[in-house]
Amino acid sequence: MTIEIKTATLQPIRNTFANIERRFGDKPASRYQEATYDLQGEANFHYRPLWQPQYELNDKSRTKIKMNDWYDLKDPRQFYYGTYVQQRAKHQEATETNYSFFEKRGLAEHLSEEVKSYLLTYLIPLRHVEHTANLNNMYGCAFGYGTAITQALLYNAMDRLGNAQYLSRIGLLLDGNSAESLTTAKQEWLKNPVWQPMRALCEEMTTVEDWFEVFIAQDLVVDTLIFNLFYSQLDEKLASMGARDIALLTEFMQVWNKDSSRWLDSVLKTVASESEDNSALLGEWVQRWRKKTLEALKPVVASMLDNSDALSIADASLEERLTKIGITY
Amino acid sequence: MVAKKLNLKDKYRALTRDLDWDYDYSDRKKAFPYEEFEGIKITDWSKWEDPFRLTMDAYWKYQAEKEKKLYAIFDAFSQNNGHLNVTDARYVNAIKVFLTGVSPLEYQAFQGYAHVGRQFGGAGARVACQMQSIDELRHVQTQVHAMSHYNKFFDGFQDWTHMHDRVWYLSVPKSFFDDARSAGPFEFLIAISFSFEYVLTNLLFVPFMSGAAHNGDMATCTFGFSAQSDEARHMTLGLEIIKFLLEQHEDNVPIVQKWIDKWFWRGTRLLAIVAMMMDYMLPNKVMSWKEAWEVYFEDAGGALFKDLARYGIRMPKFVETTAKEKEHISHQAWWIFYTHGHAAGFHTWIPSDEELDWLSEKYPDTFDKYYRPRWELAKEMEARGERFYTKALPQLCTTCQIPMGFTEMDNPTQIAYRSSDYEGEKYHFCSDGCKHIFDQEPEKYVQSWLPVHQIYQGNCGGANVEEVLRDYYKMNLGEDNMDFKGSSDEKRWNEWKRKGVA
Repeated sequence: MTIEIKTATLQPIRNTFANIERRFGDKPASRYQEATYDLQGEANFHYRPLWQPQYELNDKSRTKIKMNDWYDLKDPRQFYYGTYVQQRAKHQEATETNYSFFEKRGLAEHLSEEVKSYLLTYLIPLRHVEHTANLNNMYGCAFGYGTAITQALLYNAMDRLGNAQYLSRIGLLLDGNSAESLTTAKQEWLKNPVWQPMRALCEEMTTVEDWFEVFIAQDLVVDTLIFNLFYSQLDEKLASMGARDIALLTEFMQVWNKDSSRWLDSVLKTVASESEDNSALLGEWVQRWRKKTLEALKPVVASMLDNSDALSIADASLEERLTKIGITY
Repeated sequence: MVAKKLNLKDKYRALTRDLDWDYDYSDRKKAFPYEEFEGIKITDWSKWEDPFRLTMDAYWKYQAEKEKKLYAIFDAFSQNNGHLNVTDARYVNAIKVFLTGVSPLEYQAFQGYAHVGRQFGGAGARVACQMQSIDELRHVQTQVHAMSHYNKFFDGFQDWTHMHDRVWYLSVPKSFFDDARSAGPFEFLIAISFSFEYVLTNLLFVPFMSGAAHNGDMATCTFGFSAQSDEARHMTLGLEIIKFLLEQHEDNVPIVQKWIDKWFWRGTRLLAIVAMMMDYMLPNKVMSWKEAWEVYFEDAGGALFKDLARYGIRMPKFVETTAKEKEHISHQAWWIFYTHGHAAGFHTWIPSDEELDWLSEKYPDTFDKYYRPRWELAKEMEARGERFYTKALPQLCTTCQIPMGFTEMDNPTQIAYRSSDYEGEKYHFCSDGCKHIFDQEPEKYVQSWLPVHQIYQGNCGGANVEEVLRDYYKMNLGEDNMDFKGSSDEKRWNEWKRKGVA
């Protein structure tokens, strides 16, 4: 049974803000819409940036990609700050349970020295890749155009810091909170020859100027390959080494990747279908960074995984994704 | 394991700055290119003390709890027509000013901190700035959601983002933040984190949020409470950046001092709008602007600058002028808006007799002598059906962009007028402070998009002011503007009251 509570009904004089009404018509709007569309300043900037006088403060020409309306790049997850943090808090809670379970049961003690050293050589150094992803997504957030894409890039950047911190905590679980494992893993990242091409690639990405190219290089190419290799193929390898429990600790990244892919694919599909020029640019960037990244990952993958097809399996997952998005070259 | 366990400080470092490394394959200066051009010397980023320690998992958790509570209240507020509980409909104009003038600054802060959160070479500082960036995004979005309900029942909120980019008085806050964001990364932090968040934020935030609390505005007030712990983090960042810069190198001291001088004055001009809000727009007063200035700047700021003296930092230039201005600025600012009320996106009005008495009491040395007579005259004119609106467009100060209506502080009957010549052109200023800022960086301020100049140059469409307001600003003329008396806001409010719902 439903009961009707009498409240004072007052006729509103409008349903939503005028900019939202111009876009979607005179009807009630969602919180995502009111917190996203047209928030960024578009006109009459007072001063050119001292640090980039060739551009306005907010300037579409910081990338070669052209959109008739940058707000077409909406987020299918409809993340504004409130929905974003609440979603992540949920994931975080589940992850916390996993980490405490791992710790309480002393699961680290069951890992062989071989597995531990394997983790320090291959898994923990990924926190530096995540750090690079943090920088690269912040770059797009700062130089991108329109709240639809820039807010999503900020959420992604913060997620990557979170990923880096979870990876670091795996190290801390292994070394009893002394950070020795982080020091060791960092030395691997800095000194081990198998990591150096990947480290060089990370450094190079942070010097690229076009923010959309950085976005493609990092979030599409590098991430697709890395997630396949490290969270799928490495995951299987760890299972075969008797270290299935590590999956408890990387589940956050798995869930995150799924969530983030939904957004990325949708945004890139929109950009690719906007114009032939966009599509060609995306193809050009993918081609460049795909080649570079495969090259950069070759030594670490060869040393980490026994399967000589590992890299082509990862590449096939990228190919599949490109087809789905509609990027060809 | 024999290794020592990490303490909290070291653990946080391991989870933040230790993620970064020294580049070997690319030029790090190309990745972080903006650190040197301002002349600031950073010898060792590792000396950065993290102003707060919040890992992402904890951040998500705490912030999600806050958001959950906040949105529950927003939902209840709109379900119960919470707007009916405000003291009276005049109050709502204060939050129109907030949404059109301040919320877009939160947005610019999100962008500015994203920029420095990418560009600083020190990972500790970067992470702190990134967290502020996402907090600022939170603030603009929660403000929009808090105001969303008001927008459905009152005029003047509906085109806030369009208006912010165009309307004459909104170029005051817009140019303030454009100025900070277009500056180098260190100046941005001194401008916003230190001068604004640390020294002056209590004068913006507290008056608006306390104003909301005193006037039955649950949505805004709840937002304010919810944002308080974010603001506390932002203030610690402001204090850290100044100490860090001053401790890094003695050559930084004069540069930082120059920025403090500039941004303190820029900030006081921006706060003129808060001053008039406190003294004139709140039906239930919190305190007078003069009192707020004394408590939040003279007492708190005075102690802060005493603390900074050991680094060789002195009080900001022109601070002695502000001691005089606190007696006048709110009255002069409201008068500017009252007389230009036909061109404002919110309503203006003559203070009630009771309010005039309150002003006399709070400003015993100035109000009766200089300002009350004006309002008495305005009252007479209104009674005769001749509510006064000035016809001319005002001349604007090139630096702060406020109409040139402020007076000499030693002679409040004389409009202050300063000017500088630069490359064959004359530029006008409202004060010594604004002239000084221009003279330091004329090549920057000659770029100012001065709304009145732009109207006269035909860049805002329209053959006359009315067309500019209607077509370029997208104001609903006769609804958004003019006196509160006779406005649709007032009519609806009275109707709700008559029906007994308010």
